[in-house]
Amino acid sequence: MKSDIKLFENGKRLDGRRPDELRKIKIEVGVLHRAEGSCYLEWGDNKVLAAVYGPREAVPRHTQNPLRAIVNARYNMAAFSVDDRKRPGPDRRSREISKVISEALEYVILLEKFPRASIDVNIEVLDAEAGTRVAGLTAAAVALVDAGIPMKDIPVGCAAGKIEGKVVLDLGKEEDNYGDADLPIVISPRTNEILLLQMDGHLTPKEFDEALDLAIKGCHEVSKMQKEAIMKKFEKEAQ
Amino acid sequence: MTIIPSIKKDYLIKLAKNGKRVDGRKFDEFRNIEIEVGVVKKAEGSARVKIGNTQVITGIKMDVGEPYPDSPDSGVMSTAAELIPMASPDFEAGPPREDAIELARVVDRGIRESELIEVDKLCIEPGEKVWIVFIDIHILDYDGNLFDAASLASLAALMTAKVPAEQFELGEDYPLPLKEPPISCTSVKFNGVVVMDPSLDEEEIAEARLTVATDKNGDIRAMQKGLNGSFTVEEIKKVIKASTDNGKKIREQLYKSVGK
Amino acid sequence: MNLEKRTIVIPSQLLGDVKKDKAGSGTFIENGKIYSEVIGVLNRNKEYINVTPLKGRYNPNQNDFVIGIVMEAMQSSWLVDINAAYPALLHVNEVPWDVEFGETEKYLNHGDVVMAKVLSVDQEKKLNITLKDRNLYKVKGGNIIDVEPSKVPRIIGKKGSMISLLKKYTNCRIFVGQNGRIWIDGEDKGIKKVINTIELIQKESLSYGLTNKIENLLKNDAKDVQ
Repeated sequence: MKSDIKLFENGKRLDGRRPDELRKIKIEVGVLHRAEGSCYLEWGDNKVLAAVYGPREAVPRHTQNPLRAIVNARYNMAAFSVDDRKRPGPDRRSREISKVISEALEYVILLEKFPRASIDVNIEVLDAEAGTRVAGLTAAAVALVDAGIPMKDIPVGCAAGKIEGKVVLDLGKEEDNYGDADLPIVISPRTNEILLLQMDGHLTPKEFDEALDLAIKGCHEVSKMQKEAIMKKFEKEAQ
Repeated sequence: MTIIPSIKKDYLIKLAKNGKRVDGRKFDEFRNIEIEVGVVKKAEGSARVKIGNTQVITGIKMDVGEPYPDSPDSGVMSTAAELIPMASPDFEAGPPREDAIELARVVDRGIRESELIEVDKLCIEPGEKVWIVFIDIHILDYDGNLFDAASLASLAALMTAKVPAEQFELGEDYPLPLKEPPISCTSVKFNGVVVMDPSLDEEEIAEARLTVATDKNGDIRAMQKGLNGSFTVEEIKKVIKASTDNGKKIREQLYKSVGK
Repeated sequence: MNLEKRTIVIPSQLLGDVKKDKAGSGTFIENGKIYSEVIGVLNRNKEYINVTPLKGRYNPNQNDFVIGIVMEAMQSSWLVDINAAYPALLHVNEVPWDVEFGETEKYLNHGDVVMAKVLSVDQEKKLNITLKDRNLYKVKGGNIIDVEPSKVPRIIGKKGSMISLLKKYTNCRIFVGQNGRIWIDGEDKGIKKVINTIELIQKESLSYGLTNKIENLLKNDAKDVQ
């Protein structure tokens, strides 16, 4: 989508950020009473809430896997979270995002420990502003740790993109709407393995390398914040 | 499904016989209420309410659309509730079940019948264009008494909502025109005892439920009896009195939190 | 007393190397390195590196004492919720009564509470429990609360020190299930005190000197009542 909006002014982006700068992120762990693990996360103007139940016996029975647990991640946008009210219920976009998030989480959770069980992850977007899927997964990862689910790593997501020919980190709303490419990824920070990758727009192979590199760097920055938030909550108990 | 152990039910009943509740509250006492407004930037109005550990967010979205044929000069309001899976291990994903539908409709009636929203002031072009107000209730944490939490969150969200006129080039944004809000108070009955603002345990053994919405004059604006037990006339009158008294206190807190 | 600060570790945290250490519970090995798999407390036992989880579902082990809630009475068995990832099976052969085929409902029904023992856990995590033991039975009266299964050892205390304190100062009967369920019986005041104290123990489970702190609190409470 083209427009007259200038996304770059004096090397600074619309919201004053540098090309490799993340929006402000805030992470709170264990915010719900009923859920076994939960996380509230703000990323720029995004507000997401993630909650985990499980492992518990998978229902309906025919979805059970006798060798391992299954991961049911459900990504949903609240009706009031977007500019034009969204009709409640999963649409095709939400279902696709739910699927790629489930797959990313299945890689890091030690599923063989819980045959026939399911690990249910609920991600609600309460306020949306570009990058909700990586924000959602990042919150879900923290909620899984909070629930005591055994994992081989704490996955983390971040997106990079291209605006006005320049590769930048963490697209904001206008940049997502009027930019040239969007590349959200999720990695396993311990090994740098890519667990989720989607891309739309136009990138030359060189630009892709640059964007991927930048997104991975962003992921590590956010990973640090996840771990700090987790330690903050649990170290309080050790006072 | 979460099972209620029989000894727990017996324990709650035993305490109630001695005039006590598990968390030490009086029979007509509410848990701690927290109200926070303006929590969702994208919404035209929003509020987060906690009653005890029960937590609800309501968001108000507005759009321009056609009026109902039988009220061509009135704005339209629509209420929906989502009992999302994160709020309880027993909530499943999927289309709204009757609980969600009943919840939305009871909250809707409380607002509609009290004429809280001045819908005659929401007309843009008679018979053609009116403002539509969407009230979307998102239950985040279920620990008893969704009716009052949902209703209160919806009221606080409406009372801080702005009509997005600028977005539709219909002038400047202005506050949603409202009258006085009705406050809803819910009670449940188990084993002949009636308690207000049921906790999760109390709701799980409840035989009958009664929600009463009262206005600032102490008049009744909406009522709903639920579940398959019964109330005596005497009990209903007592509940109405307690609802009016608590309604007054909650109304004060509501006004304070929306900055009135 | 070991006054080292308790070390909290998170999933994926590097703890050691297979060349020098042995991977204990709560850890996994990848490329010769030992990592934590859960959020928990690090403890080394000789050359074993273990992580004790701070949160998570109850993981049943054979011979665990558990408090179960009956879900369903079937023809010759009952399905019981023991707060694990899966329901447990209680077969008619594993109860002290002589139950005729199809008469299970006469003995245990939906909502009944039982003190049971874990009989077996198989590879597919199918669980069996038993009521055939001196201390096992169907529970009557009292109240039941849920706690984090990982906090159960703290609530019991070393050699039962914490739980003995609770019983002494509240005059209540208390049974703690490994599965994070606790049954309490006594006077209303006593039950309330037990519940509040257990809440405090859960909150401060990692702090040192907790047993003494709780003892002092309970002692002072008792004095006030006098």
